Amino acid sequence: MFSFRVATRFLKANKTQTIFIIIGIAVGVSVQVFVGTLIQSLQTSLVNQTIGNSPDITILSTTDNARIENWEAMEQKIRNIDGVTNVTAVADGQVFVNNLPQATVCLLRGFNLTEADGIFHYASTIYQGRMPEKTNEVLAGKEFQTDWSLSVGSQLNISTNSAPQTNITLTICGFYNLGVAAVDRLWLIGSFDTANTTFNFGDNVTSINIQVSDVFSADAIAAQINSTLANTHIKVTNWKVENSQLLSGLNGQSLSSYMIQAFVLVSVILGISSILAITVIQKSKQIGILKAMGVNDGTAALIFLFEGLLLGIGGAVLGVALGLGLMIAFQTFAVDPVTKLPIISLYINYSFLLLSGVIAVTAAVVAALVPARRSSKLSVIEVIRNG
Amino acid sequence: MADRTPFLKLEHVDKIYGTTVQTQVLFDINLEFEEHSFNSVIGQSGSGKSTLLNIMGTLDQPTAGKVYVGGVQADQMKPKELARLRNETIGFIFQFHYLLPEYSALENVLLPAQIKSQTPTPEILARAEELMELVGISSVKNNNAIKMSGGQQQRTAIARALINNPKLVLADEPTGNLDSDSTELVYSLLKEINQKYGTTFIIVTHDRKVAERTDRITEIKDGRIILDVRT
Repeated sequence: MFSFRVATRFLKANKTQTIFIIIGIAVGVSVQVFVGTLIQSLQTSLVNQTIGNSPDITILSTTDNARIENWEAMEQKIRNIDGVTNVTAVADGQVFVNNLPQATVCLLRGFNLTEADGIFHYASTIYQGRMPEKTNEVLAGKEFQTDWSLSVGSQLNISTNSAPQTNITLTICGFYNLGVAAVDRLWLIGSFDTANTTFNFGDNVTSINIQVSDVFSADAIAAQINSTLANTHIKVTNWKVENSQLLSGLNGQSLSSYMIQAFVLVSVILGISSILAITVIQKSKQIGILKAMGVNDGTAALIFLFEGLLLGIGGAVLGVALGLGLMIAFQTFAVDPVTKLPIISLYINYSFLLLSGVIAVTAAVVAALVPARRSSKLSVIEVIRNG
Repeated sequence: MADRTPFLKLEHVDKIYGTTVQTQVLFDINLEFEEHSFNSVIGQSGSGKSTLLNIMGTLDQPTAGKVYVGGVQADQMKPKELARLRNETIGFIFQFHYLLPEYSALENVLLPAQIKSQTPTPEILARAEELMELVGISSVKNNNAIKMSGGQQQRTAIARALINNPKLVLADEPTGNLDSDSTELVYSLLKEINQKYGTTFIIVTHDRKVAERTDRITEIKDGRIILDVRT
């Protein structure tokens, strides 16, 4: 295409200027990528810390005995819903541990141990012992171990609210460390059978825990689950309802990030537009000559649109690379003085990087519209008469 | 020899510049130029001769009157049609060479052909080589346009004006910036091209001696034709 070839020639002929414009766009894009990635990483790590070891959606019973019947059929229906990654039924209840120096209340949670690990991730945090293999074997948390100086093999004599006189002996087969003190002090994790033996739930469970691929769509999926199950004896809740303060904090953070990115974008557009406007003036003689030789107004405009496009692509590629470089540098140098770990773990969202690049290229083309129009309107006779 | 078919025709052409303060530079111009002819328009600085040439070349529009190029009324054409007419039918040679500094001499010569048909064919390349040979710049064809002498630049501009084999070449003071030797060379060249390719030439100049070497002299003064003779 003639206009494309002229655009590349104009850019090549003025290499220093072209490089400076590309660097200018790249700096804008890199700030956008850096700020955006930083905020996203911060949000991801906050969300992970808050709900990483807990279900995104929980189904509870509304019946008096707080039990859910026919849970296997429900589980099957929930698995078929788009966006659901893990489903696990939970049979849990309060137990009193009677053989510790002080009467202690714990929450005995009975899971399908393999499936539940997809949500709670306890298996990888076991630092002593192993996963429960038999009925009445349980995992205990680090805080619980520390509080009562327990070890693998320690036995817990428990009773429940419903059967205070019954004594059941649980054996600790390992210790986990989820990093949340309240959980690590309270939960005893065992199999379904262990929970059933203790609470006599029969075929019922107390809740169904669900994890979804996009945590921010938990409310929408929860609504879908509610309508799919259409059961009046259950209540579907999600983490967004239970963490509304965190959510509003995250939203505020996102908004401020968008504001920064919008201002960067505006400055990039203004920068390119003004530089290309100067280029049109610089090249007005050439445009006039080309028009005298038969280049039409549309082609004359396209030359500057292509210049904008090429500068935008160059700036976007360099800017995304620079932004990521900044982020990696930030990770390398901004570390916790005690743990030596990065303050914020890097979370790269490829769609965001692509979007930043596309926005920069679009912005460059939009910025080139004004100079392109100017080039289109340039009068040959003015150029010829003014030499 | 020129045939008698008018290739370029101006009927009652007026040109007025300005809106609040109006300056009329051309008054009721009626002219016809035959195909294959070699003509000159002379006049002093400010007489309106360059304006006349720009109107003939469709670079400027008349305020009143009609302009016919190759039998088509150019003043009624749309901008896109005018651009095509300029590209395919008319070649321009200006006082200042107006070469594009970003391109080599050969690339400058090829520009009108590229505007016409994007990628130059082997035939067009051969024609460019032939024209550059004709104007004597083959040895500097790959030089950047700004790294040539004034004479070489103007000869490159002549080759560029001829690349699309136009029927009409309009030259505005083509030797205005050249020394007397180069002036002589350029005029001999224009005459040779006229005879070799049958291209119609209209040359604007203020130099009567130069004009006397053409087949027809049209003199313009204060925007009016005061003399129109065949030499």
